[in-house]
Amino acid sequence: MTSFPLQISRPIHPTGIWNWITTIDHKKIGILYGVSAFILFIIGGIEAMLMRAQLASSNLKIIDPELYNQLFTMHGTTMIFLAIMPMGAAFFNYLIPLQIGARDVAFPRLNAFSYWTFLAGAIILNASWFLGGAPNAGWFGYAPITGKAYNVGHGIDFWIISLQVLGIASLAAAFNFIVTIINMRAPGMTFSRLPVFTWMSFITAILLVLAFPVITVALIELQFDRFYGTNFFITSAGGNPILWQHLFWVFGHPEVYILILPAMGIVSEILPTFSKKPLFGYPVVILSGIIIGFMGWMVWSHHMFTVGLGPVANSVFALTTMAIAIPTGVKIFNWLGTLWKGSLTLNTPMLYAIGFILTFTIGGISGVMHSQAASDAQQQDTYFIVAHIHYVLFGGSLIAILGGIYYWFPKFTGRMYDEKMGKLGFYAFFIAMQITFFPMHFTGLNGMPRRIYTYGSEYGWDFWNLISTIGVLLLAISMVIFIYNIVSSWIGGEKASGDPWDARTLEWSISSPPPEYNFAVIPTIEYRDDWWEKKMLGKTSEEITSDDVHLPQPSYWPFIASLGLLIAGFGIILSIPVAILGASITMIGVYAWSFEPVNDPH
Amino acid sequence: MSEPNNHSTHEDTTTGLNHRKLLMWAFLGSDCMFFASLIATYLVYKGKSVTGPDPIDLFSIPVTSVSTFVLLMSSMSMVLAYAALTKGSLKGFRVWMLSTAIMGMTFLGFQVFEFRDFTVNEVKISCEENSPKYIELESKLSSKQKSDYKKQCADGIEEAHVEFGMTPRTNLFGTTFFVLTGFHGAHVTLGVIWLLSLFFYSFKRGAVSAERHLDVDLAALYWHFVDIVWIVIFTVVYLFGVYEGF
Amino acid sequence: MINEETSNHPTPKTYVLTALILSVLTAIEVGIFYITSLGYWMIPILAILSIGKFALVVMVYMHLKYETKLFTILFLSGLLLATAVVFALMILFRSF
Repeated sequence: MTSFPLQISRPIHPTGIWNWITTIDHKKIGILYGVSAFILFIIGGIEAMLMRAQLASSNLKIIDPELYNQLFTMHGTTMIFLAIMPMGAAFFNYLIPLQIGARDVAFPRLNAFSYWTFLAGAIILNASWFLGGAPNAGWFGYAPITGKAYNVGHGIDFWIISLQVLGIASLAAAFNFIVTIINMRAPGMTFSRLPVFTWMSFITAILLVLAFPVITVALIELQFDRFYGTNFFITSAGGNPILWQHLFWVFGHPEVYILILPAMGIVSEILPTFSKKPLFGYPVVILSGIIIGFMGWMVWSHHMFTVGLGPVANSVFALTTMAIAIPTGVKIFNWLGTLWKGSLTLNTPMLYAIGFILTFTIGGISGVMHSQAASDAQQQDTYFIVAHIHYVLFGGSLIAILGGIYYWFPKFTGRMYDEKMGKLGFYAFFIAMQITFFPMHFTGLNGMPRRIYTYGSEYGWDFWNLISTIGVLLLAISMVIFIYNIVSSWIGGEKASGDPWDARTLEWSISSPPPEYNFAVIPTIEYRDDWWEKKMLGKTSEEITSDDVHLPQPSYWPFIASLGLLIAGFGIILSIPVAILGASITMIGVYAWSFEPVNDPH
Repeated sequence: MSEPNNHSTHEDTTTGLNHRKLLMWAFLGSDCMFFASLIATYLVYKGKSVTGPDPIDLFSIPVTSVSTFVLLMSSMSMVLAYAALTKGSLKGFRVWMLSTAIMGMTFLGFQVFEFRDFTVNEVKISCEENSPKYIELESKLSSKQKSDYKKQCADGIEEAHVEFGMTPRTNLFGTTFFVLTGFHGAHVTLGVIWLLSLFFYSFKRGAVSAERHLDVDLAALYWHFVDIVWIVIFTVVYLFGVYEGF
Repeated sequence: MINEETSNHPTPKTYVLTALILSVLTAIEVGIFYITSLGYWMIPILAILSIGKFALVVMVYMHLKYETKLFTILFLSGLLLATAVVFALMILFRSF
């Protein structure tokens, strides 16, 4: 076995920054994902704060309308594709191999490629700020306002290309996790013993690989319209902008479940641990997750009730939408059943998990409200929808992710966070989020449309908008507390033991942070919640360390392949020779990668 | 079964299945959604073009049947290359592999020829008063093409040659047709590169062997997938396209 | 689970026979296409022939018939969903 003609010696023991660039360790990649996504989350948050400042009162002129359009587009795109999805990916990366008793993912280099490609997509999107203006057509980019005729400049081009690059990253990661979960489970880890977080991640990955090709095609069509003058969404040539809406939401609705299922998984791990009870109705939680994943494909047109699809289509999609609330409700009752008569420890992660149940239920109820096609006609494109999406994504996905960060913080860093500050941060966060988003229900039902940059005082929306803006300031303070807690604890927190929570799943059976090889001896699984059961039965053995585990070696090539995509992405928009250069770099990276053995022989 | 069994090794994974093969099947399932979105776009826009040409004005079913046949046969040749390799015949592998790649390139050649043919398409319309051909095409011709026809006939010739070509920009049919078949062609191109890489790689000692049949197996799965996508496109786009009742 | 990969794959003879059937089906497709008197019946007949060809390639050449069910599940989940999406969009756009 020889390597590719390019004789670059392999980075066997890299140090410093090369250690991170060439790493293929799922734990390090998980950390990279988490930290990058959190930084992008803060950028998206700043964009939101600027918008709230402009809306604090009627007729303000802090931000001009064009910039406002760019802000809400970038805020939505950033939060969904660059913050919540990759934060989910951070948890997948770090936890799935640990929870199933594996030493790494199935394709460690592909995993590194996913991360670097995600970063490339994030850079391309945010570079648009400095290269002629950010995209300005909203995060679902409805045709024809994304068309060349109505949208000159490069903003939409950056949006298209960055989403394509992010799609490659997400697809690569999702294939990787599907194979990892099917094929890397420790002996005895059957699907009926799989931790709930891993189960939900598995469903998420399947949704991803089926949903992303649809948005890829929609974006290709838009890109061809803009770059090469085709007619997909050009009405004068017979094209139909409604097709964009359909394709976008065929992808977009499963995407909603891609965002929420990992959060449900995280909550399903936190609640049993701090209730000292097994998860109530494990098989039902899994089954309802599968049903949600399946039914998520049948509801997309509820985003389009006001398009005029006709009474039959609207009724069908209204019914399926109401039906999908059932498996979601089932889960909520299972979580309540887990808490019921449990011996509760109300520490920070547990508070976040309980907060999730509360706010997510509110978001779910407003969701069922606009599943009625008739009443949705009043709510479409108002702040009521903005309130709903923030209750399910901010008060759903994000709150669970923050809880998850606290819960696994000892495992990630080997240190404990500050409990007092954690609780303070939670209460500040939870109250601030209600103050920010609950009034939007009122402004929405009072008719305030989303995406307007200002409004007149005669509408009477001033008061609740001011409350929302005050809420955002409080949210910012709560996030400062969160960040301070995480950073200071990471640097100087108390050392954490392997199992500080007396928890249930396999990742707690090893030291914190885990050794590079995760498990010195691959465990044999005998029970659901194996680690917990074995602790109860006194069957745990003294942890052993090992220097004799062969792990896949670091590699330059995933980084180089992604770097090529970054260059090609800019090239497609700005200069074709650069695009060819980038594509060639990616080709070289992929070739060298496929000829490079996982481990060099000695 | 005549094949030797020694290369059928049990993989050290939970299911005993190979990681890469599992990934390939998941990828193919995902790629179905990719082509489904393109085909759906084609179908919902079928017959919605504002100007011509329509499928019936351009398609030549006999020509496309030949290229379809070539791609089908390349699938057979691909599977024979794989069978030869698992039996340990490197020579047989190379012969079949090269013929697969050549058939793939032939298919691409047909596609390039067809695309070019469509863009430079012309239609002959006689200059007689109320020419049946003109009446048939009147609704499909653009105003530029109509004035071109009238200008030519004004010169007193019997039959005008009117430009009636199609590019991706001409109409919705052009847009959806070229993008759908173009992306299929891109898949075939990638497949040909993959097959040729394996072919040339096989001249390196031990690089392609019965023990490492999986490398070829994965390329073969991809190749057959490209073939079945074409089976669908041939029926849905070409045969249904020219059939007037649909 | 026992890995049955390649051990029970068919012989080259089967592959060639399959190719023969595929060729005949294609010939029938193109032939039927010229029988204009079939009218609307042409659509289902051509669709069934094409599905037959599709299935033959997937089951024999891609060995789906001979290998683990898991591959079939992975592929079919994509294929069936893809088909459903195409039909749903056609219904929503009143293409029928």
